[in-house]
Formats: sequence, structure tokens, C-alpha cells
Amino acid sequence: MSPDSVSFIFLNAFLINNFVLAMFLGLCPFLGVSGKLNTAWSMGLATTLVMLISSISAYFINELLVYFEIEFLRLICYIAVIASAVQLVEMTMKKFSPGLFKALGIFLPLITTNCAILGLALFQTHKDYDLYQSLAYSTGAGAGFILAIVLMAGLREKLELADLPNTSQGAAISLMLAGILSLIFMGFAGLGS
Amino acid sequence: MPIIEDNTITADTFLTGIWKENPVFVMLLGMCPVLAVTNSVINALAMGLATTFVLLCSSTLISLLRNAIPKEVRIATYIVIIATFVTITDYVIQAISLELYNALGAFIQLIVVNCMILGRAEAYASKNRLLKTLVNSLGMGIGFTIALLSLGSVRELLGNGSLLGYSVFGEAFQPWVVMVLPPGGFIVLGAWLLLFNWLKERKASLALAKEGGVS
Repeated sequence: MSPDSVSFIFLNAFLINNFVLAMFLGLCPFLGVSGKLNTAWSMGLATTLVMLISSISAYFINELLVYFEIEFLRLICYIAVIASAVQLVEMTMKKFSPGLFKALGIFLPLITTNCAILGLALFQTHKDYDLYQSLAYSTGAGAGFILAIVLMAGLREKLELADLPNTSQGAAISLMLAGILSLIFMGFAGLGS
Repeated sequence: MPIIEDNTITADTFLTGIWKENPVFVMLLGMCPVLAVTNSVINALAMGLATTFVLLCSSTLISLLRNAIPKEVRIATYIVIIATFVTITDYVIQAISLELYNALGAFIQLIVVNCMILGRAEAYASKNRLLKTLVNSLGMGIGFTIALLSLGSVRELLGNGSLLGYSVFGEAFQPWVVMVLPPGGFIVLGAWLLLFNWLKERKASLALAKEGGVS
């Protein structure tokens, strides 16, 4: 597989350089919303949707910025687009799927400050991906995010039944778990060569 | 409606960010840069300083404009203000040291979405006077830098056998490579949190034992 092929880009973002476990992006929802399997799953879906929209918009905006030679405005434009994309997803969801909208609650607007999304837009610009490659990259990143958050939620649901010493309760043990999970994902690094 | 402002600046205004409400160890904010760039002390220090700079500038501006920003669009306004200062920082670091810029990569630009900065803007800068905000932000920034440094030094020491690039353990040391790789970040932060939990528990139980002894 050549490193520029669409399938490799997908696999790379999905497993080899998993956004959460290898690149440390989107940790806030990863640690904050992974308490229950259901919410983790819908959070993952919503994030993926925003990722897709913002990645496509970021691609066209970057073309425009390069055309007018005002690249220094990139960061401000991207964050504005992401904030609007989140707003858009929120409104669409409220109209067509009120149940899901209610389930996600406060976490929906918080997607704006999820660094995985801004990171995705910045990385794809940095790597000079074309439209198809950007699409593959964002789908892979979204799928990777879902995988990581759902795995983590599953582990934490099991953890509730475990008898832990008081000292390690809460964030400390979650981080240790994430460390082990990340160690496992390092095994996928071999896929890249 | 004017907000009632308490303008007294105490030592607590400054110290709260360093210990009691440390953004990383206590509030678990801004985790992404904390884990991603702390594989060496120098990266951790640069990231800490950059974040502190953005935090100080943005809270200054937000504090000055706090009565001019309409409530409905405040979050968007804050983000644009923060993004402006991050762009400045980005170009400054690029000009000072290209090597450092490449090591930190996209994480300088990702300071925009650091929840700690937006959190400070929303919870503090928009409600308090300039001087008080400045003191508090400085404390928070220093607390953040200290947290980054404590992670960075452990990871560099164990993963590379060095501190700030100088070898500490000598030739015979077998580096724990995993510590500079992603899993090391999670595990070291988890270990720090465990240590703090243990200290807190010990303090509580000691206080309890003392009380029991007196009565």
C-alpha cells in the first residue's frame, strides 16, 4: 500500500495513529463521556459527523485562503467553521432525532472544544490531502474515535464491579486503563511498514 | 444588571491555580497538550510558557471587554480572541526556534481548544476586574506549567535517562522507551494522581487520628 492511497490513510487514522490513543487528541470527551456505553456510542457518532462536515469545509476554506494568500487567518476560520458545524448538527438533530438530542445533552455543544476535530482539519491541511484523501482521513479518525471511546466505556462499566482501593478511584484508574489500552494499540504500528 | 464585584486580591487568588485548583492535577483540564508534548522537559516548558502567555493575554482582553461583549455571542467572541493570540504565539515560536516548533507540531495551534483557557475566560475573566484576573491567570498558568514539567521530567528521566538533554544515569542505564511513547503519558499522569490521592488520604487519616487522641 502506498502511503498516499485512500485505504492506507483510512487505516492509518483508524488504527495505526489512532487519534485518541496515539496522538492524544480528544481526551476530554474520552475521559469525560466514557462512563456509560450508550452515551459513549452516541458521542462517538456525533463527533464523527462533525468531523466529516468540518473536514470537507476546511478543505474548501483552505483552497480559498491559499487563493487570496491569507493563510494566517486559517486558525480563526477553522474554529469558526467548526463552531457553526456543531451548531448545525445540533439543530438538525433536534429536528429529526429529538431522542438522541436529549441523550447527548450538554456534550453536544462541547464538541466545539474537542481538539480531535480542529486537529483533524489542521493535519489534513498540513499533509496536503486532496478531497478524497481528506474524506478518508476524517472517516478513519471518526471511526478510531468511536472505537477508542466505546472500548474505554466497556472497560469502565466492568470496572464499576471491581473492588478498588479508595486511593485509585476515579481519574487515576481511568488514566491507567487508557495507558494499557494505548499500549495495546501500539501493536498496530507494525501495520504501517 | 451590574455584577457585584469583589475586588480584594489575596494570596489565594494567585495560589489557587497552583495547588488547590491546579488545572491538570485537580480539574483535569487541557489534557491533550499535557500528555502529548511532555516527552521531554524542554517541550513541556515551551508548551507551558506558550499556554501561559495565551491565557494571560486573552484573559486581559476579555476582562477589559467584559461589559461590551453581548451575552449571546460570548463563547464565539472568546474563541476568536483566543485564536488571535494563539496565531501570534504560533508565528513567534516559529521565528525563535524552528526545531522547537517542529517538536511541538500542531499542538501550539491546538492551544485554541484548550478547555482551561476557555474555562478561565468564562468562569473568571468575564466576571472580575483586570488586576484580579491577571493575578489569577498567572497562578493558573504557573500551575499548568508546573504540572507539565512534573510529567515531562519523569518521562524524560525514565524514558531517555536524561534531564534537559543532559545524561543523568550514565551509559549503563537501559531506557524505558515506553515512557516517551504515548502509553507512558497516560501511566505517568495516572501515577501522579495516585500519589496526590494517597497524600490527601493520609492527611485526612492523620487528622482523624489526632482528633481521636485528644478526645
